[in-house]
Amino acid sequence: MASQDIAVKPSTDALFSGSSRNSRRNMGQFIRWALLFGGGILMIMPIVFMVSTSLKFPFEVYNLNLIPEEPTIENYTYVLEDGRFYRWFVNSLVISIVTTASAVFFDALVGYALCKFRFPGRYLVFIAILSTLMIPTEMLVIPWYLMSKSFGWLDTYWGIMFPGVMTAFGTFLMKQFFETVPDDFLEAARIDGLNEFQIWWQVAMPLVRPALAALAIFVFLGNWTAFIWPLIVTNSVEMYTLPVGLSSFGDEVDVAWELIMTGAAISTLPTLVVFLIFQRFIIRGVVMAGLKG
Amino acid sequence: MPPSALSCRSRPLATLSLRNLVKSYGKVEVLHGINLDVADGEFVVFVGPSGCGKSTTLRMIAGLEEISGGEIHIGERLVNNLEPKERDIAMVFQNYAIYPHMSVRKNIGFGLRTSKLSKEAKDKRIDEVAAILGMTDLLERRPNQLSGGQRQRVAIGRAMVRDPAVFLFDEPLSNLDAQLRTQMRLEIKKLHQRVGNTIIFVTHDQVEAMTMADRIVIMKDGYIQQVGTPLDVYHKPANTFVAQFIGAPSMNMLPGNWAGKGVKLGDGLGIDLPERSAPEGADVILGVRPDDLVVTGGKGLFSGTVNIVEPLGADTLVYVGVNGHEVIAKASGREPPKAGDTVKLTAKAGEMHLFDAKSGEALP
Repeated sequence: MASQDIAVKPSTDALFSGSSRNSRRNMGQFIRWALLFGGGILMIMPIVFMVSTSLKFPFEVYNLNLIPEEPTIENYTYVLEDGRFYRWFVNSLVISIVTTASAVFFDALVGYALCKFRFPGRYLVFIAILSTLMIPTEMLVIPWYLMSKSFGWLDTYWGIMFPGVMTAFGTFLMKQFFETVPDDFLEAARIDGLNEFQIWWQVAMPLVRPALAALAIFVFLGNWTAFIWPLIVTNSVEMYTLPVGLSSFGDEVDVAWELIMTGAAISTLPTLVVFLIFQRFIIRGVVMAGLKG
Repeated sequence: MPPSALSCRSRPLATLSLRNLVKSYGKVEVLHGINLDVADGEFVVFVGPSGCGKSTTLRMIAGLEEISGGEIHIGERLVNNLEPKERDIAMVFQNYAIYPHMSVRKNIGFGLRTSKLSKEAKDKRIDEVAAILGMTDLLERRPNQLSGGQRQRVAIGRAMVRDPAVFLFDEPLSNLDAQLRTQMRLEIKKLHQRVGNTIIFVTHDQVEAMTMADRIVIMKDGYIQQVGTPLDVYHKPANTFVAQFIGAPSMNMLPGNWAGKGVKLGDGLGIDLPERSAPEGADVILGVRPDDLVVTGGKGLFSGTVNIVEPLGADTLVYVGVNGHEVIAKASGREPPKAGDTVKLTAKAGEMHLFDAKSGEALP
C-alpha cells in the first residue's frame, strides 16, 4: 500500500533534515554538558585546594600545584592533638544544632500561624518580619552587641545563638510551604479532636518535611560557617567557634594556612553528614499523596 | 459477617435541627434563615448548584464555619458554641484528606487518638471498620499505594470509627470517575442501612441526591427551595427551579396564559387541564418532563419538527421545535424519528405541571 511505502521509505530530504536536527540536538547537549562541567570544576576547585593544602608542609603552601610534592598528614595530627580544636568543634556543633532545632521549630510555628490563621494585623506582621531580610548582618551586629552587653550575654553560648534562634527567611519559606497544605487536612484533624498545636505538630509538620529539611540544611550551614558575629561576641579562646578558632592559627608574622585548611577540611565533615541525612527528605515529596490523585 | 458492634452500639438521639440559620461574610448574607429538622437515622442530601450555600450549611453544622445567626441542635444539645470535636460528628471531605504520612490503620484510627478506649479496643474497632469497608488487607498500606476509591473508603472509615451521632459528607464522590461513583454510592447507601447513623450528604449531582436520600433538600442562593422525598421533589416540584434542577434532561417549560380550563400557548394552541386552576389570563408556565412527553403516531397535543436525535439505547431523546420553543421528548429506541421529520407529541394531563410565570411557584 502507498501509505506503507511512505512509512517504510522516508524521502531523502526527510532523512537529511532529521540528521541535521539530530546533530543540532547533540551540539546543544554538548554545550550544556561543557557548561555544567566547567561550573562543577569551578565549584570544586576551592575544596580540592583546601584538601591539597592540608596535606602540604609549610614551605610548600604557596606553591599552587594540586598534588603536594611531599604529602603529609602531620597537619591533621597536629590539629587533632590540639585540645582547642575539639573545644571549638564542640562549640560549633552545640550552637549549630540548638540554633537549627530552634529556627526550624519557631520558623515553622510562625509561618503556619501567618498562613493558616486569620487575625487582624496578620499581613503587617508578615511584612515586618520580611523587612528584616533587607538589613545586612553587618548593620545588625552593633545592636546585637549592645543587647548582649546589657543582658550579660557576651562570651556565652546564648550570646552567639540568640540572633539565629528564629529567622525571617525561614518564616517566609515555611509560610509559603504551608500554603500548599490543603485546609481539608487541618479541618479533618480539628473534627477528629486535635487541638491547634497538635494539628500543627502531628498533621501539618509531616506534610512539609521537604521544606523543613531544606531549612535545617540552610540554618545549620549558616551557623556552622558563621564568622563575624561569633568573632565579635566571644572574647575567650574557649568560646570560639570553629571558623573563629581556625582563623587564629598562626601568629602576627605568619598565617599557618596548612593548619587552617586542615581544620577547614575536618570541619566540612559535619555539614556533609547533615546534607546526607536531610537531602532524602527534600527529594521525597509527600504532600499530595493523601489527596485526590 | 456477624453484626457489627458499631451498628449495635447504643448512642444518644442523633436528630439535627437548624433554626433560622444565617451566615454572613461582612455585609453579605449568604444563608438567609435556614430551617430544617432531620430525624434520627435519616439520610438527608443537600443538593443545589455551586454557590447555593449547601457546603456552607454543612460546615456550620460541623463547626468549621462560625454561625452568624440562628441555632443548630444535635440531639438535645445546642451546639452553636461547641468546638467541632465536641459536636459528636464526623466528616468526609471531597478531597479525602487522609494523611499521606500514615498507614491506612493509623488513618482510620486517627479519630480515636483522643478517645479513652484501651489500645485493644481501638484496634478492634479499626479492624471492624476495615472489615465493613473491605479494607482488611490494606491496613498497612500508605495512601499513595491506594486507588481513588480505596482512599475514599479510608476517609469514610476514619469517620465511621468514631461512631458519631451525625455523619457529614461534603461532595465525597465528585472526584471519582463515573463507574466508581456509582459503586461508592451504593456502598454508602448499604453502609447507612447497616449502621443507621444520621447522614447529611452534600452534592451538586441530582442523580446522587435522588438515588441515596431519604429526603432531599434543594437549595438555591442561600434559600431552601424544597424539602421532600426523592419522589416528592420529582413529581411535585415546588417551583420552576426545582422542576428544572431535578431530573435529567430538565423539564420542558412552555410559557402561556391561563384561559378557561387550560393553558393557551400561542398560535391558538391550547391544552386542557381540567383539574388545575389559575386566575383567568394569568401568565403561567406549563412544565412537562421529557420522560412524560412521548412521540406518538396518534393524536398529539403538539406537533413540531425534529431538530436533533439522541439515541440512548432503550429510548431516544428527540429535540422538537414547538411553537418557537425547543422541547425534549422521548421516542422509541428501535424506530426513532429522524432529524427533519414532523412528529406529534403527547402527555397525560396528570403528568403536566403548572407554574406561576412571575413567582415560579407551582400552581394547584
